[in-house]
Amino acid sequence: MASHAQTLITLLQDERAALLKAWTTATHGARASAATPDDLRAEGWSNARRLLEALSASRAAQGQSAGETSAFVLALKLPIFAALQQRLGQDSQTLLEAVVSVTTKLDAMAQWTMTAFQRTREELIARQQQELLELSTPVIKLWEGVLAVPMIGTLDSSRTQMVMEALLQKIVDTESGLAIIDITGVPTVDTLVAQHLLKTVTAIRLMGADCIISGVRPQIAQTIVHLGVDLQGVTTKASLAAALALALKRGGWTVARTA
Amino acid sequence: MYRIPILQMGSALLVTIQVDMEDQTALQLQDDLASRIETTGANGVLIDISALEIVDSFVGRMLAAISGIARVLDATTVVVGMQPAVAITLVELGLSLEGVKTALNVKRGMLLLEQGQHGESLERD
Amino acid sequence: MPLRGEPDIVASRQLVRKLTQQLGFTLVDQTKMVTAASELSRNTVTYGGGGEMGWDVVEQGARRGLRLRFRDEGPGIPDIAQALTDGWTSGKGMGLGLSGSRRLVHEFDIQSAVGEGTCVSVTRWK
Repeated sequence: MASHAQTLITLLQDERAALLKAWTTATHGARASAATPDDLRAEGWSNARRLLEALSASRAAQGQSAGETSAFVLALKLPIFAALQQRLGQDSQTLLEAVVSVTTKLDAMAQWTMTAFQRTREELIARQQQELLELSTPVIKLWEGVLAVPMIGTLDSSRTQMVMEALLQKIVDTESGLAIIDITGVPTVDTLVAQHLLKTVTAIRLMGADCIISGVRPQIAQTIVHLGVDLQGVTTKASLAAALALALKRGGWTVARTA
Repeated sequence: MYRIPILQMGSALLVTIQVDMEDQTALQLQDDLASRIETTGANGVLIDISALEIVDSFVGRMLAAISGIARVLDATTVVVGMQPAVAITLVELGLSLEGVKTALNVKRGMLLLEQGQHGESLERD
Repeated sequence: MPLRGEPDIVASRQLVRKLTQQLGFTLVDQTKMVTAASELSRNTVTYGGGGEMGWDVVEQGARRGLRLRFRDEGPGIPDIAQALTDGWTSGKGMGLGLSGSRRLVHEFDIQSAVGEGTCVSVTRWK
């Protein structure tokens, strides 16, 4: 336990040292180039900015809150003020100016980490959403010339769009003449879902391939009839197994048991 | 004016559309195909659109028209190689291309034409 | 860019293709936008007696998009509502181009009056 704490302290000390170093370099550099030393966005501050962003990103990835990240930066205030007091204790004017300058700088830095933190989180969430979307609709080659897509979860327009694109591309790539869309994992089928399904089916047929919808539970069959949805001659099967059997038959395959 | 070349492969005519066509070019193709079907007595037309990145309502109507004209002249038309993005867009556009046979590629398209000739119907249950 | 004759319809397609590519649209989004442009350009040339297409890159918060404007000084559309219904099977007229392209874009706006020409504006976000 002691070694953990030690590692953590060393880590924090390193980060602090790096930040202070970048700060001093930036201030000296800014003074040298006569640029606005207080603008965090200026050239000389690029090192410091990068450091702050890296700080923020690592904290965000570990799941820490935005507050904790900026707290780290702001925690530098007290020690610095104490040091300034020690150095400039007699000259209250200069001390005041120094304190104001340090506060402004640290506040700006803390704000920078907040913005960077938010951006990192948003990018992370967006990436995770994308991965989740892709994972939940894989296109599987079931047999020669037969592809299958298990749809799981609600079928909304963005989901459908993604499935359509992936499936159609796979159809072209593998020259598969048949696609089985399994909706066992789709909880409800309403007019909208039916529309999305039909769009996918139409696109598949436009390209010259055919489509079977499997996993049509009795309740769904009832809903479809009840809603008056016109499936336009798309073959539907209750199970993926039945759809595969049909696909094989259409492809001219026979399955024989040898035992 | 640019005319899209029509090749003869056995008893079928093969058209490969590779350019972004002007409306006039498409109409010219329609005319040319009609007369070629007549002069060659072809009973099949294969239109390869695998290089077409855009199929709008005009081209769509042209394909449907060619299909219809060919049928009247006792020839079957198959459109092959539609790109996924094109298919998705056509569905959204509302063009169903009803009555136009399609196939994934030239090979399958030719198979479809041959099957049609021998009176075999595609298996549907 | 001007939309006076058939070659301009092709040119508008190529231009919109380039614009959407530059904006980083996905292939499907590019195709939808270019197809919509083709429909609307054709309307401008064939029914509007010629006109022009303008474009802007638009921003809304974090997302960027492309806005296309098709303007003509033609006869105008007497009944917009009717023109927007799917005139697909009627085969003629701009019902196809208008209603179809409306589905291909995120935002669709049309201003037209008899004798005053037509202006259609469409937007697609990245």
